[in-house]
Amino acid sequence: MATALHISISAEPIFRFGQFEFTNSMLVSLLVSLFLSLVAIWFYNHRQAKSNLKLFIQTIVESFYEFVQSVSPHHASQFFPLIATIFFFVMFGSWAGLLPGMETIGFQADHGFVPLFRGATADLNITLGLAIFAVVSVQVFGYKNLGPKYFKKFFNFTNPINFFVGFLELLSEFARVMSFAFRLFGNIFAGEVLLAVIAFLVPVIASLPFIGLELFVGLIQALVFATLTLVFTNIAISDHH
Amino acid sequence: MAAEAVKSSSDVIVGATIAFGGLAPAIAIGLIVSKALEAIGRNPEAAAKVQTVMILGVAFAEAIAIYSLVVALILKFV
Repeated sequence: MATALHISISAEPIFRFGQFEFTNSMLVSLLVSLFLSLVAIWFYNHRQAKSNLKLFIQTIVESFYEFVQSVSPHHASQFFPLIATIFFFVMFGSWAGLLPGMETIGFQADHGFVPLFRGATADLNITLGLAIFAVVSVQVFGYKNLGPKYFKKFFNFTNPINFFVGFLELLSEFARVMSFAFRLFGNIFAGEVLLAVIAFLVPVIASLPFIGLELFVGLIQALVFATLTLVFTNIAISDHH
Repeated sequence: MAAEAVKSSSDVIVGATIAFGGLAPAIAIGLIVSKALEAIGRNPEAAAKVQTVMILGVAFAEAIAIYSLVVALILKFV
C-alpha cells in the first residue's frame, strides 16, 4: 500500500507552551463550545422574533426538558441546565469527528503527520474530564439538597456492615468516573478507527452506512451519559436510609 | 530488548481479547432486551418507562464490551 493507516490512540499536540500541550481534540472541543454558545446567544438576541429555526431549537430543548421531568419530576428545573449541557456538548463533540476534514487536514512534523482536528470526545482526556465533572456535580447536588447528611452515605459508623457498605459506595463513585470516561471514549474512538479502516479499504461510497452508524452512536452515547448522570443525581438526592 | 518482547502483542492476542470480551456483554444485552420486551408485552402502557430503563441497562452492559475493545486497541496501537 502506498500510505499507511494513521491511527493514534492519544490526541496529538498541535503546539506547546512550556509543559502544556494543546491537542487537536482540545481545539475541536473549544470550537464546539463556541458553536453552542453562539447558538444560545443568537437565540437570546432574537427571542422576540418568530423564526422556524427558533421553533426547531425550542422543540428539541422542550422535549429534552420533558424527558428530564419524567425521570425526576420535582427537581427538573434544578438539574436541567447541567444535564442538557452534558447532552449537547457530548453529542456535538462526537458528531464533530464526522465532519469532512477532521483527521485529514494537518501538517507534517518531524515524527509524522499531525492532524489539526480530531473529534472532541475521541480523546480520553476530555471524556475523563467530563466524567469527573459529572460525578462531582452529583455530589454537589446531593450536598445542596440533603446538607452534610449526604456524606453519611459513605461514612456510616453505626455497625461494621454499614461501614463496609459505605466504603463500597465510595469506591463505586470512582468506578463510575472510569466507567463514564471509557464508555464514551471507547464508543467514539472505536467509531473513528472503523471509519478510518473502511475508508482505507474502500475509498468510495462504502463509508456512508458507517457514518450513519456513527451519527446514531454519537446521539445514543450523549443520551446515555446525560441520562446516567441524571439517574445518579436522583439517587443521590433521594437518600432515605 | 526484553521490554520490547513483552510489549509487542501478536494480532491473535488482540483479536482474542475483543472476541472473548464481547461474548458476555452480547448475551447480557440479549437477556436485558428480551426481558424488556416481555414487560412491554404484558403492559403496553408502560412501554416508554420500560424502554428508558432498558436503554440504561444496555448502556451498562455495552460498557464492558467497550472496556475490552479499548484494551484491544491499546494493545494494537500503543
